[in-house]
Amino acid sequence: MSYDVELIRADFPILNRRVGEYPLAYLDSANTSQKPQVVIDAMVDHYERHNANVARAMHMLGAEASSAFEGGREKVAAFIGANRTEEVVFTKNASEALNLAAHTLGAELGPGDEVVISVMEHHSNIVPWQLLCARTGATLRWFDITDDGRLDLVGAAAENLINARTRIVSLTWVSNVLGTVNPITEIAAQAHAVGAVVVVDGSQAVPQLTTSVTELGADLVAFTGHKMVGPTGIGALWGRYDLLAALPPFLGGGEMIEIVKMTGSTFAPPPYRFEAGTPPIAEAVGLGAAAEYLGELGMADVAAHERAITTYALDVLQQIEGLRVLGTTSIGPEGRGGAVSFTLATRDGLDIHPHDVMTFLDSRGVAVRGGHHCARPLHERLGITASSRASFYLYTLEREVDQLVDALTYTRDFFGRVA
Amino acid sequence: MYQEIILDHYREKHHSGLRDPYGAQVQHVNPTCGDEVMLRVQLDGDRVVDVSYEGVGCSISQASTSVMSDLVIGRSVADALALHEEFTEMMHSRGELEPDEDRLEDAIAFIGVAKFPARVKCALLGWSAFKDAAAQALATTKES
Repeated sequence: MSYDVELIRADFPILNRRVGEYPLAYLDSANTSQKPQVVIDAMVDHYERHNANVARAMHMLGAEASSAFEGGREKVAAFIGANRTEEVVFTKNASEALNLAAHTLGAELGPGDEVVISVMEHHSNIVPWQLLCARTGATLRWFDITDDGRLDLVGAAAENLINARTRIVSLTWVSNVLGTVNPITEIAAQAHAVGAVVVVDGSQAVPQLTTSVTELGADLVAFTGHKMVGPTGIGALWGRYDLLAALPPFLGGGEMIEIVKMTGSTFAPPPYRFEAGTPPIAEAVGLGAAAEYLGELGMADVAAHERAITTYALDVLQQIEGLRVLGTTSIGPEGRGGAVSFTLATRDGLDIHPHDVMTFLDSRGVAVRGGHHCARPLHERLGITASSRASFYLYTLEREVDQLVDALTYTRDFFGRVA
Repeated sequence: MYQEIILDHYREKHHSGLRDPYGAQVQHVNPTCGDEVMLRVQLDGDRVVDVSYEGVGCSISQASTSVMSDLVIGRSVADALALHEEFTEMMHSRGELEPDEDRLEDAIAFIGVAKFPARVKCALLGWSAFKDAAAQALATTKES
């Protein structure tokens, strides 16, 4: 069956909404994706028919809820190509997954050790490592970027960024601002050669690309449910089982223990060791349904559509006088994520602030994000304070991109009119 | 919401640029959107004799700071802070308040912004910075 965007859109009730006289053009999927009816139904059905706590409730509903929750884990594990279901730890979002990684991997770090991240990271893959380095005395080091928005691998090699002192390398797979796809496998090989552990922020990649964690080369991969047509309130950390089994607990509480005595406790094996307290149960059911939905569409087709719509958008956006795309302006052999960030100026050179752009676009039915997109160091590196970002997903149509272009042209001309 | 008055102030910001002397200097930011203003207040007794500032941000935050500086320079601190109260009340009215044009002058243009909850903070940024700086400058004056 060929990939039919109109048919797919029929699965997403929210896409029928209007904004005044305009149809909604939802171009903010890198922020959060919309949800298909099957995901909404799966969660409603869970609450209506199967709700109970998991693992500890021994009655019929408890067994159903436990099996639905673990079923969600199995579907997610299959979706990312994990070797074992127990390699998927549920968290509340990707930020918590990255904090989990920083806390557990960093337990034995000290002065002289180095952690490597990049200037294009989302704050959620910066701040946990800053906190870790402040706690332990380890040094935080950064990959810079090139002018076209790619990791500066030449500069990194020149300054011996990854070296014998490197203990952890944590990088985003796909940039949430620039759309850059980073060469994770290549960098992971370098990191492993010096004995470092590799963490990947897959928040933007897992929803868009075919994910095979066993081939990626990373040791831990964080991602979130709500960007992959699943619910908010649930994310995941995938980890190699032997690594997870060697890590200390993160949060303490119910469900993560083996035996608790007043003199001390022993801890459950992965993934439960890292899942203290009642987990997001209905959300796991919803995320399982989301993974299944994406699997049925076929991630190769989803990725091909993302590529096509991004190619179209890059082409038409760059024809707008005064609009400058940040980072990669074409799709390289490594591909490109479906987030396009840009600045807009009037014909007489007045920069139109992204929040003004966003408000104008909103009033014409186009939802984008304006600001620093939780990537302030990247914007500082690019010499700007903020940008506007349009981001596309499996349901985005060319006509929505056209609506964006019309609204941007209108905005530019409104601010550019001579008073 | 984007009235001509706002765009005029955005293009030609009144009293902008940091000047000496000043009694207090503050920096206020809007962390959700990155709007920033560095603002100085100079008092003579209880009178505001200068407000100067440098800022980056959207047209609403920048224009509002410009309008605010026009309004408060030359007033007593008490009257300027009363204006801050009136402006804040207007911005939190969801656009339903009838603003007093004799008091708020150009600032009534921001009544349209009050209908956009996400943007109210933009309009208040410069005013909040002024309130903070004026209080600090006043405290310094009283100490000396």
